[in-house]
Amino acid sequence: MTALLGPPFLQHALLAGTAIAAAAGLVGYFLVLRAQVFTGDALSHVAFTGALAALAFGLDARVGLFAATIGIAVLMGALGRRGRADDVVIGSVFAWILGMGVFFLTLYTTTRSTANGAAGVTVLFGSIFGLSGAQAGVAAAVAVAVCLGMLLIARPLLFASVDEAVAAARGVPVRLLGYGFLVLVGACTAEATQAVGALLVLGLLAAPAGTAQRLTHRPFLALALSAGLAVAEMWAGLGLSYAIPHTPPSFAILAAAALVYAAVLVAGAVRDRRGRSRQHAVT
Amino acid sequence: MVPGEPGPSWNPIIDLQLLWSFPFMVNAFRAGTIVAVLAGLIGWFMVLRRQSFAGHTVAVAGFPGAAGATLLGVAPVFGYFGFCLAAAAVIAALPRGRDAGYREESAVTGTVNAFALACGYLFIALYKGFLGGVNALLFGNFLGITDDDVLALLAVAVVALAVLAAVGRPLLFASVDPDVAAARGVPVRALSVVFLMLLGAAVAEASQITGTLLVFALLVMPAATAQRLTARPVASLALTVLIGIVATWLGLGIAYFSPYPIGFCVTTVAFAGYLLAHAARAGRFGLPRPRLAGGAT
Repeated sequence: MTALLGPPFLQHALLAGTAIAAAAGLVGYFLVLRAQVFTGDALSHVAFTGALAALAFGLDARVGLFAATIGIAVLMGALGRRGRADDVVIGSVFAWILGMGVFFLTLYTTTRSTANGAAGVTVLFGSIFGLSGAQAGVAAAVAVAVCLGMLLIARPLLFASVDEAVAAARGVPVRLLGYGFLVLVGACTAEATQAVGALLVLGLLAAPAGTAQRLTHRPFLALALSAGLAVAEMWAGLGLSYAIPHTPPSFAILAAAALVYAAVLVAGAVRDRRGRSRQHAVT
Repeated sequence: MVPGEPGPSWNPIIDLQLLWSFPFMVNAFRAGTIVAVLAGLIGWFMVLRRQSFAGHTVAVAGFPGAAGATLLGVAPVFGYFGFCLAAAAVIAALPRGRDAGYREESAVTGTVNAFALACGYLFIALYKGFLGGVNALLFGNFLGITDDDVLALLAVAVVALAVLAAVGRPLLFASVDPDVAAARGVPVRALSVVFLMLLGAAVAEASQITGTLLVFALLVMPAATAQRLTARPVASLALTVLIGIVATWLGLGIAYFSPYPIGFCVTTVAFAGYLLAHAARAGRFGLPRPRLAGGAT
């Protein structure tokens, strides 16, 4: 049975990738719904700096990843009004944080004799085929925990995202939910960075969620669809990258996600135009 | 950056003389100044129009452009301009709405953003032995700027600034209050397209100095700092350019005397300025109307 799934590195990638994609799909749905995609983008840049800072100080990159993304997520919640930071603040802070990442990269490659020169590229663009069995297991476990957390707060968070004022009036802890959500976004970003890299996390968060919201207006169906699409695109990407030589897995995953989204957008535009011309014909 | 060279003497005049004794540093300063002026002015409008995310996506498109150009054996400059302008055109073609439209727009922008970076990564994977260049493309490089590069940067900057000067007033009106501007007959939609193309050009220029990922240091930070300090458009535009130039010059100086990449130095200087402006503004609230009385006359 396991032989069917290919060599060990592919099995590890599938195990971690499936869990990470499901988490990214769930978190991404709310990011798009709450118009916080830019926040996810900023957090993925923070992931780069965190990972390299940890490497520069001789720690496991994952320690830096989680500490940085969750820490900054909480900080952004505190800075922005009502838990939503404004885009100029995010832009300024994340450009500087990326600059710090380069600083740590230089520090790491110049001071550590065991330094891997391609560490920067690995963190930026991911190396899902390089995960060991233990790493894949931990990644999958954390991703499952993120999924459970999202499902737990999904109902009140949906209410708070759609109509914050009414939700607050009905006694939903809107502020607390905002923070809790940002912490989950941080954890999910750190997870996904291990799979597709800090720069490409955004695609995994935004594309399946955007596709799902195009396909249906029913929130829970869209939420499930977003997670399902993310997992399917992850599998397609891993399969493609394994089958076609010289194709990095991160590119294949992102290409699958972007193509599906583009197809749905084009189909929607065509249907809209047809609907409009039919209306014209009727009137 | 250059091992074996003496450190800074901390006398700015002597240090500048030392820096300018190298042709590549002179070119770096020329290019940096051109880029700082253009990016500062365009960035000012970008911050005003709240299009930072679009600016970031246009910047990111420069990465596959430059990597693809290198793969094909063409000068990266063409890749930067081609891809940045194309990305700006794509964003301009997207429908702009208020509510649900904004959500859709940000999801599309995010996807384009990540996909562009993924394409860049693919080109690099296809082009063997290019790994060292990735950091230069992403995080900037001020070495090896030729006289021709400076001329190309200058030509593009002059054209872009001429267009900006021509549309500046209506653009300001349309940015501040699009509904009233549209009612008064200002072509808001056309202006938005023109502005995005200008943004594409400015980003393509700035990417070559600060790298794809750190363009924001020259686009957003000087403008955000200046808009914190003064609300008058002309004064804050002038201040933006000044801050951009100072950040670039200081960044170049630090990058020369330290082992760290130019992108880190420029972002850190610019961000320090941004924090100072915040602090100054916060401090000013405690005082009874300082500076405003002088400025109002």
